[in-house]
Amino acid sequence: MLRDITLGQYYQTESVIHRLDPRVKLGGTLVFIISLFLFKNFWGFAVAAVFLGIVIGLSKVPFKFMVRGMKSILFLLLITVGFNLFLTQGTPIFTVWKLSVTWEGLRLALTMAVRLSLLIIGSSVMTLTTTPNNLTDGMERMLRPLKVFKVPVHEVAMMMSIALRFIPILLEETDKIMKAQIARGADFESGNLIRRAKALVPLLVPLFISAFRRANDLAMAMEARCYRGGEGRTKMKPLIYQKRDYLAYVCLAGYLAVSIGVGRLLPLGAVFYTF
Amino acid sequence: MSIIIDHVNYIYGEGTPLATKALNDICLTIPDGQFIGIIGHTGSGKSTLMQHLNGLAKATTGHIYFNGEDIYDSDYDMKKLRSKVGLVFQYPEHQLFEIDVFTDVCFGPKNLGLDRREVELRAYEALEKVGFPKELFYQSPFELSGGQKRRAAIAGVLAMEPEVLILDEPTAGLDPKGRDEILHQIKKLQKESGMTILLVSHSMEDVAEYVDRIIVMNKGSVMFDDTPREVFHHYKELEEVGLSAPQVTYIMHALREKGLNVDTDVTTIAEAAKEILKYYS
Repeated sequence: MLRDITLGQYYQTESVIHRLDPRVKLGGTLVFIISLFLFKNFWGFAVAAVFLGIVIGLSKVPFKFMVRGMKSILFLLLITVGFNLFLTQGTPIFTVWKLSVTWEGLRLALTMAVRLSLLIIGSSVMTLTTTPNNLTDGMERMLRPLKVFKVPVHEVAMMMSIALRFIPILLEETDKIMKAQIARGADFESGNLIRRAKALVPLLVPLFISAFRRANDLAMAMEARCYRGGEGRTKMKPLIYQKRDYLAYVCLAGYLAVSIGVGRLLPLGAVFYTF
Repeated sequence: MSIIIDHVNYIYGEGTPLATKALNDICLTIPDGQFIGIIGHTGSGKSTLMQHLNGLAKATTGHIYFNGEDIYDSDYDMKKLRSKVGLVFQYPEHQLFEIDVFTDVCFGPKNLGLDRREVELRAYEALEKVGFPKELFYQSPFELSGGQKRRAAIAGVLAMEPEVLILDEPTAGLDPKGRDEILHQIKKLQKESGMTILLVSHSMEDVAEYVDRIIVMNKGSVMFDDTPREVFHHYKELEEVGLSAPQVTYIMHALREKGLNVDTDVTTIAEAAKEILKYYS
């Protein structure tokens, strides 16, 4: 029942995208997201969608996994579209009660919907093709310059990988405790809001205790293996750029140039002009 | 009054790359009052099968009949089923949450919608049945020893007065003394109340002494289903799937090889001792 959350879940398979250096994927996702906010017409989004489509094709991850991540933000998406649709000033198309739908609102709502969808799918591609460990490794390397400002980069990265590692464990634990309490006649599904909140106590108390117990065990296990933070620590699998990574950077630069060029400059988009 | 498992298949994570067949065409009949040991390696499907019996997991195909009624019928009362088939999970003490043991044990019967007196009566009886010391009734469950915690948790399920009690590895993580105490208590409970008990374990040693029937699971299928004596006949095959017969079986076989004419089918240490003494008298 709780296993349907895919945002931030790794999909195991063998592909070029999977083998890329996590720094490339992190950088690429960042560039992709930024590019989404720079477009001034719909052609930019079209280029972004095509680019994303190619990456998804290369990654060999079934498309339905990407869409599954979308489900979780569908509600947010609908609210955003709704607000933009009804509350934007401009030339009205039609009016329902006091709310009027305007051409400007329609454009803005469409832009937002497309932008958010691409954003979520784009970041899903990263998390679906990169193991959490790789991801934090990449992040640690990329943030290393911040050490100059006394930012504990390694510690933050370690905390992140532990947090990520604990998500499936705690989900499984929740599932188990939930089942155990259902077996004792607990009811998590019916009743009003207050009753449901109260019904969560038999779930949350054991879950917290278990989380603390696991955290304690992990801390002990780390100390027993002489963990003492990032100072002078080497990696078993250091991140080294391969030829394909440089190639990917080139592709990324190409994408950025084309999409920005098309998205900001192409007059053809004048019909759909969004800002 | 019984449980009939009819061609049950269960596929775990269907439609994902991790889809695995957890149960493969299981057919079993569990009559009333039997004490059954379910043995299998980790991942053999024994725990999954048990979760089917009270409806926590739903078979991909197949049917389960409890007292003649199909539990997958749309109008079947699952809540009632869960009160009739009590399931004690592995490490049940992890489900404790109340401020004291007694209140925690009350949780189950309270969920059945009984009135307060009945709830407390049942909780009291359940704690007594598992041999939980009275002076600890109003202790926080988190301050108890491992064995006591487990008793409290088992009482939490017993207080619902189920007809069938399923215990998933009730002795995991306990010391030998705690293990024997819990198993004795369960046997006593079964004798006194005539409850049907299913004891899930990966250790033959644990169950051989207590149960009437052993069901051996392997890779999601039933491998053997017979009396302990008959099942241990196959001790070589059991070894092949990573299980073993009780130590006495091995000793008796070794003695036989050395020329002592003893019965190799004994299942408990007491029986074995008797056999050997008989040989020497």
